[in-house]
Amino acid sequence: MKNRFSSQGFTVVNAAMLPELNRRDVLKGASLTLTVLGSGALLNACAKGEKAADAAPLASGQYLRIGADGKVTVVSPNTELGQGAYTGLATLVAEELDADWNSIVIEAAPADVKLFGNPAFGGALQGTGGSTTVAAFWEPMRKAGATARAMLVAAAAQEWKVQPGEITVKSGVVSHAGKNKSAGFGDLVAAASKQTAPAEVKLKDPKDFTLIGKPAHRVDAHAKSTGTAQFTQDVKLPDMLVTMIAYPPRFGGKVKSFDATAAKAMPGVVDVVQFKTPLREGVAVLAKDTWSAKKARDAVKVEWDEGDAFKMSSKDIIAQYKTLAQKPGLEAKKQGDAAKGLAAASRRVEASYEFPFLAHAAMEPMNCVVQLKDGGCEIWNGEQMHTPDQGTIAKFLNTTPDKIRINMLYAGGSFGRRGNSFADYLLDTVAVAQAGANGKPVKLVWTREDDMRAGFYRPVYLHDFKAGLDKTGRITSWQQRIVGQSILAGSPLDNGAPVDFTSVEGAANLPYDIPNLQVELHTTKLGVPIQWWRSVGSTHTAYAIECFLDEIARSTKQDPVELRRTLLANHPRHLAVLNAAAEKSGWGTALPAGTARGIAIHESFGTVVAEVVEVSKRDAGFHVDRVVCVVDCGTAVNPNIIEMQMESSIIYGLSAAATGAITLEEGRVKQSNFHDYTVLRMNQVPKIEVHILPSTNKPTGVGEPGTPPIGPAVANALTVLTGKTYRQLPFSGAGVTIV
Amino acid sequence: MITLDINGKQVTTDAADDTPLLWVLRDSLAMTGTKFGCGMAQCGACTVHLDGQATRSCVLPVSAVAGKKITTIESVAATPAGKAIQDAWIAESVPQCGYCQSGQIMSASALLAQNPKPTDADIDAAMTGNICRCGTYVRIRAAIHRAAGTLS
Repeated sequence: MKNRFSSQGFTVVNAAMLPELNRRDVLKGASLTLTVLGSGALLNACAKGEKAADAAPLASGQYLRIGADGKVTVVSPNTELGQGAYTGLATLVAEELDADWNSIVIEAAPADVKLFGNPAFGGALQGTGGSTTVAAFWEPMRKAGATARAMLVAAAAQEWKVQPGEITVKSGVVSHAGKNKSAGFGDLVAAASKQTAPAEVKLKDPKDFTLIGKPAHRVDAHAKSTGTAQFTQDVKLPDMLVTMIAYPPRFGGKVKSFDATAAKAMPGVVDVVQFKTPLREGVAVLAKDTWSAKKARDAVKVEWDEGDAFKMSSKDIIAQYKTLAQKPGLEAKKQGDAAKGLAAASRRVEASYEFPFLAHAAMEPMNCVVQLKDGGCEIWNGEQMHTPDQGTIAKFLNTTPDKIRINMLYAGGSFGRRGNSFADYLLDTVAVAQAGANGKPVKLVWTREDDMRAGFYRPVYLHDFKAGLDKTGRITSWQQRIVGQSILAGSPLDNGAPVDFTSVEGAANLPYDIPNLQVELHTTKLGVPIQWWRSVGSTHTAYAIECFLDEIARSTKQDPVELRRTLLANHPRHLAVLNAAAEKSGWGTALPAGTARGIAIHESFGTVVAEVVEVSKRDAGFHVDRVVCVVDCGTAVNPNIIEMQMESSIIYGLSAAATGAITLEEGRVKQSNFHDYTVLRMNQVPKIEVHILPSTNKPTGVGEPGTPPIGPAVANALTVLTGKTYRQLPFSGAGVTIV
Repeated sequence: MITLDINGKQVTTDAADDTPLLWVLRDSLAMTGTKFGCGMAQCGACTVHLDGQATRSCVLPVSAVAGKKITTIESVAATPAGKAIQDAWIAESVPQCGYCQSGQIMSASALLAQNPKPTDADIDAAMTGNICRCGTYVRIRAAIHRAAGTLS
């Protein structure tokens, strides 16, 4: 049995696990000369009057502290959602620091954009998203480690009276071979913190990496395997109340009246209050425990005013979108003259693709704990968008963002949902706390039904294609019209651009070599709250494009891989991924009867992924037997985590393609739990082989890019088996069961 | 008042009879290792052992478990199967977000205690009730096989 890595335990510190971190600024006591991110300028724990006490930690910027006990604390600005952010960031620091991997402790950063802004967003936003964690902190975290290392070495050099260049550092031990001296980090921190921080540090050459590129053990594996990892759902505070909410059955519904007589008489119930936020309103029960809250919530009778509520059905939305697609939209990409090219074409291929609303359905339903205090509030949450949430909540409370303190915990999955740009579930809880908590902390608990019906879905989209081919079957023209809601509109990330780039990503930057290309967008406005979902625009653009390309391949009797090879001739990175996928999967070799292959390739978040699937016909449906996944994500910081994220993205994407659909019937959400919003289970999972192409480029995204190709690859294989196309997701709607 | 046998200890609770065991564990006894995911026995996050059988605690009223031995994630490592499973989980780096993992480990431990050499089909049958949205299924399977290997 292969042993991937050593199985020692770790300590991961979340703010809620160490109560004192909730109440003090993590960097209090350190001299806070505000650091320009990535500059390597050093914050020295011993400046500003603090004496060189024997326990003086060494602080290397805002991301790193080393204690007298040798403990290395990495402060993570970003959320651990399961994607491995904590492990990735720890690796970057530990590599340059030459730390003992087993001495690393991760601490969640407080909400402070000046210190913990994400470089991927220009440092102007602290938040996790876009598969940016490792890519964005690649330099800053390494610099923090290298700077601390330099100071430890300088301290040792001084003490041992040797040249710094003669000193070696390995696994947390600083040594000088010649003088037979060695010291652990902890022994040196006091002296190191008196050293002048170097203005510039040299980062390691990749050939000298000892941790980067290795499948190091996840720092949170132990806690998550023993039930000791703390999630928002697990937070317990003195005098804490639990709130459960009666929400309107339709989006935009209002409270007309409510009768809480029965609810208020039930044991454990403290109050029943009406609340309102800019997004929605409802009636909330406040109780001493969850079960009491739930029974009371179910006993509250609310009369809803649905005058302004959204009442369309999913099928009406699609019908409306089809009509819109007949007209030209806003130009998202124009190359050559597609209209002219289509008119002159020997042959045309046309198709439309339809995509439903999708729920995120993370295992931990959305929840949070809020306590109003000190003119603002303190929050405990698997927090993903610190800066926009601070702004939104501060505005609601008529205060300033610095008064909104956030304790970031592990998130039990997110797939984008915790990164809601409107702070939806947070605002509900703040409003409820305001209405009835009397200063006590309030924990919002959502049932699965609440979570599934709360909206903020991946939107419905329609894609309309017209392609023109010349006499030889070459694609001369490609027109793609996309219809759907704008994810960015009205959010703190709305940049006012008429074309929401998240609606067209993957399409407007189509890598295929087509002389006449036109991508257009119709942005619609519906009363259904929506947001990003793992891989955002690529969730629909990749499916539409890769399926349509295969339709063209069939129509012109070209092999799907060969067609893509031709069209990607000017894209060496895509070509390398495509060719590796073809080779590793044995594309073109014989398969047993009743089994077929399908391929898709897509770039998102700077990463190129190709997936080749083998699908076979079974009695009860179709089984995805095997997925060969090839990824170019630049430097592979932790190949084990990359493999995990490809497995994760593939299963997540396959689940949605197979059965994922939130259906509205006259504005009411039909689905409510895992019995009618079914998701992929153990028995349906294919064998997944992940191949990471070697690269010395900077790391690119890994959390999302594995999702876009799986749906179309499976669809393309299904088409080989059945002769039918699958232009409407999910497959279950077309009578295809993935078994 | 109901007396429960949890992880070998006698515990009393004044929770109402119809309170699901899950909420007695999480709220009354502050044992938060067992998780809430769906409330209708569809996801498996709430899995405990009832006299050694994997059981969904979200639909199990506390009044129905008096006199039965309840084992939760907090003490499953006290059994050979549970310890083997947890060690394998860590060695294979199974968890991603981790929220479903307590339930997964409880189902896997019950399987291994009853069937020390499960086939892939046995694993499918025993584990299909446990949802993982992060897609750790591939590694769960590998970890169960690994654990089975250490028990022989």
